[in-house]
Amino acid sequence: MKKIDRSSKVRTGFHQAKWDEPVIFELTQPGERGILVNKADAKVAASVQGTKVLPEFLRRKVAPVLPEISQPRVLRHYARLAQETLGADVNIEIGQGTCTIKYSPKVNDQLANLPQLREMHPLQDESTCQGIMEIMYKTNQYMCEISGMDRFSFQPSGGSQGILAMASLVYSHFKARGEERQRNEIITTIYSHPSDAAAPHVKGFKIIYLQPDKDGYPDYEAFKAAVGEHTAAFFVANPEDTGVYNKNVLKFTKLVHEKGGLCAYDQANANGLLGVTRARDAGFDMCFFNLHKTFSTPHGCGGPACGAIGCAQFLEKFLPAPLLQFDGKKYYYDFQTTNNTSAIGKIREFNGVAPVILKAYAWIRSLGPNGLYQVAKTAVLNNNYMFKKLMELHCVDAPYIPGKQRIEQCRYTLETLYRETGVGTADIQRRMMDFGMHYWTSHHPYYVPEPMTLEPTETPSKEDIDEYIETLKYVFDEAYQNPKLFKDAPYRSVCHQLDESNMDDPEQWAVTWRCYLKKFH
Amino acid sequence: MKEVGLIINPVAGMGGSVGLKGTDGIVDEAIRRGAKPKAGARAALALRQMLPMKDSLQLLCPSGEMGERLARELGFDTKVIYGCKGKTSSRDTVAAAQAMADVDLLVFAGGDGTARDIVSAGVHCTVIGVPAGVKIHSPIYATRPERAGELALRFLHGSCHHTREAEVVDIDEESYRNGRVRTSLYGYLNVPDDRDFLQHGKASSPASEHAEQESIAAEMINRMRENVYYLIGPGSTTRTLMDELELPDTLLGVDLVCNRKLVQADLCERGILQRLDEREAYLVLTPTGGQGYLLGRGNQQLSAAVLRKIGRERLHILATREKLLHLEGRPLLVDTGDADVDRMLSGYARVIVGVMEEQVCRISGE
Repeated sequence: MKKIDRSSKVRTGFHQAKWDEPVIFELTQPGERGILVNKADAKVAASVQGTKVLPEFLRRKVAPVLPEISQPRVLRHYARLAQETLGADVNIEIGQGTCTIKYSPKVNDQLANLPQLREMHPLQDESTCQGIMEIMYKTNQYMCEISGMDRFSFQPSGGSQGILAMASLVYSHFKARGEERQRNEIITTIYSHPSDAAAPHVKGFKIIYLQPDKDGYPDYEAFKAAVGEHTAAFFVANPEDTGVYNKNVLKFTKLVHEKGGLCAYDQANANGLLGVTRARDAGFDMCFFNLHKTFSTPHGCGGPACGAIGCAQFLEKFLPAPLLQFDGKKYYYDFQTTNNTSAIGKIREFNGVAPVILKAYAWIRSLGPNGLYQVAKTAVLNNNYMFKKLMELHCVDAPYIPGKQRIEQCRYTLETLYRETGVGTADIQRRMMDFGMHYWTSHHPYYVPEPMTLEPTETPSKEDIDEYIETLKYVFDEAYQNPKLFKDAPYRSVCHQLDESNMDDPEQWAVTWRCYLKKFH
Repeated sequence: MKEVGLIINPVAGMGGSVGLKGTDGIVDEAIRRGAKPKAGARAALALRQMLPMKDSLQLLCPSGEMGERLARELGFDTKVIYGCKGKTSSRDTVAAAQAMADVDLLVFAGGDGTARDIVSAGVHCTVIGVPAGVKIHSPIYATRPERAGELALRFLHGSCHHTREAEVVDIDEESYRNGRVRTSLYGYLNVPDDRDFLQHGKASSPASEHAEQESIAAEMINRMRENVYYLIGPGSTTRTLMDELELPDTLLGVDLVCNRKLVQADLCERGILQRLDEREAYLVLTPTGGQGYLLGRGNQQLSAAVLRKIGRERLHILATREKLLHLEGRPLLVDTGDADVDRMLSGYARVIVGVMEEQVCRISGE
């Protein structure tokens, strides 16, 4: 029997499953059902009046257009789609920089799936929810300890919504002082996450962008020129996705406060900072964490999210209602802030996604304070090990602070590779799929030429990181030896190249099945 | 059958290999120094990418080295639409481009000087530049010759059907050889809107550059006050502002607007100074060319005397993020010829980059 060669770190024999699976609406067969529900017996039917008890305007005129499909076909459909992804459970998830894709312990999923939680309803009486309310209350306390803030709300259900909540807090603060018209500017940096500009913009603020100086730090001289009587707040990520930490951030927050503004910290990149720095100590008045990133709940498409927003005490009265309180005996929802006409009111229904908060709580408790600090240290160590290895390659470079280490991620540039071979970062992304590696393309804003953003987190072992590096090196070598190979890559993935030429054209967009039918049929 | 124009500037790029910073007007010197033609070889790299569509294309070319020879050599259906006589010059490029006004796509190989010739021919069709010259500052050129061919193929296939206006800029070679860089804007050409293929294609953004320009124009219009003059400088972004105001504009000139109406088009320095005596005036500028010049390149009618009268606080600067990105951290430049005025304009300024969005940029007179 031929022995399988396991010496190579590069999976040259990889091939992904491909199913040519249509979208579920195309699988529909009129009349086909997943579950056949028995008709109610006569006694039950007689005791209710069916939908006729509903007001006329609430009754559907036509049945909803849902796929009509049997259970085995549904199962097959989604099992096949699941095989057509390069998700965190099958690949070494390093290539999704800025997303902090770490291993999320499955045991925490099991906790969140317990019937005691799964079968709860957010409108249940408080007396029947004391357990999850205690967990939420304590998670709030942990977050306060980690950030130095005085109170957290878990109501925002994503990072951008967390930033919107921060922008709303800023607005509320100045509205209460009658200064909301004067304080109408938010200063941010071009390397901060785009939502740091977009969310306050939605709230009606004017956005002022700062460019980096030669070392990649926000240009302080430009900052001084920007801050003034119209400054409502400074919104910034630190480190930014370049992995460069602005050690002078206190100077920035101090100046904003001197001019009467507030400071909001985007802590989406906090994985290398747990137990190392605290937002409040750096002069920030508010911050947000992505529980689905740093606190492993897990990320984005892996499940619902939470952009936990925290603030200093003087802003607590504006937080979204209700706030969770404890009177020494029981936990209860406090709706006091709804009486404050300047307060946010609501950013979303209810009080956050309970299973997400539970998973973050379990993760924090399983690690303890020393464990959290170890997470940060390992994430930074992993990143800098990888950084050093990659910077030894001729075709890889990283802009700013040459020779100095990065925090938890780095945005590299493949400009040399592109100049010498014509193979750019988008080509590398497609070719990496041929070896079972995810390498994504969100490097916004695209200020670094041919960007490559990698973030190992604390999860991968040294062997994992070495495998990722070896695969990258293998692909770079291919680029020099046979650049034409990249033109048609990937060869062993789910689908071939997609035509992205219409990505800029809203006329071509069809984000739902209904929209697709409307535009193209 | 689609018609594709092909123009090769056979002397493009020759100056670079022998230490001359361009070939404009010094072809003989370049040849004397041993320069060899290279534009044909670079055009061939592009054209080979188009071979899969060979049977459905007809290439319209000038005769000989300016296109015909290569097109036939590669087996394309070739039609000569302009005959070159003897040694070729920029006049041949202009005349050949004019003879191709109605083609589906014009592919040309050259440098910024060649692009200037295409602009001066007044063509309105879509073009793709194959980088073959010494100076490649205009964002109408593909990043590599092969990419030009790939982009042409995509455009002709219809998988990239949007176009956008891109600037044609050139530096004055004589000054450049003496160590001074003077860039000017010479006009615009329509290129396929695919940032992955063209020069300066680093900024991938969901919004097209033109959508950004429209957003900037909307913000500027919001800021315009009644009964006040607005001098609108040259540039594609200020041009979009005029389009949004539904006013005609002078491509490379300065126009005067008041209460959303055109007061006077294409003003000279003296005309501007006279108008400034009439009422309060603001100046709306956009950096032109690859180096980010706000003043002193292609808009000399906005002289030091004009700027002194307007003052720094009545300056509105408009720019897309993409344009600012290409400065790679360098400041916006002013060169009015008056050191005091340049100093007055220097420092940090807010540049309008969208509706209620500004970027802080440094202006420098050095």
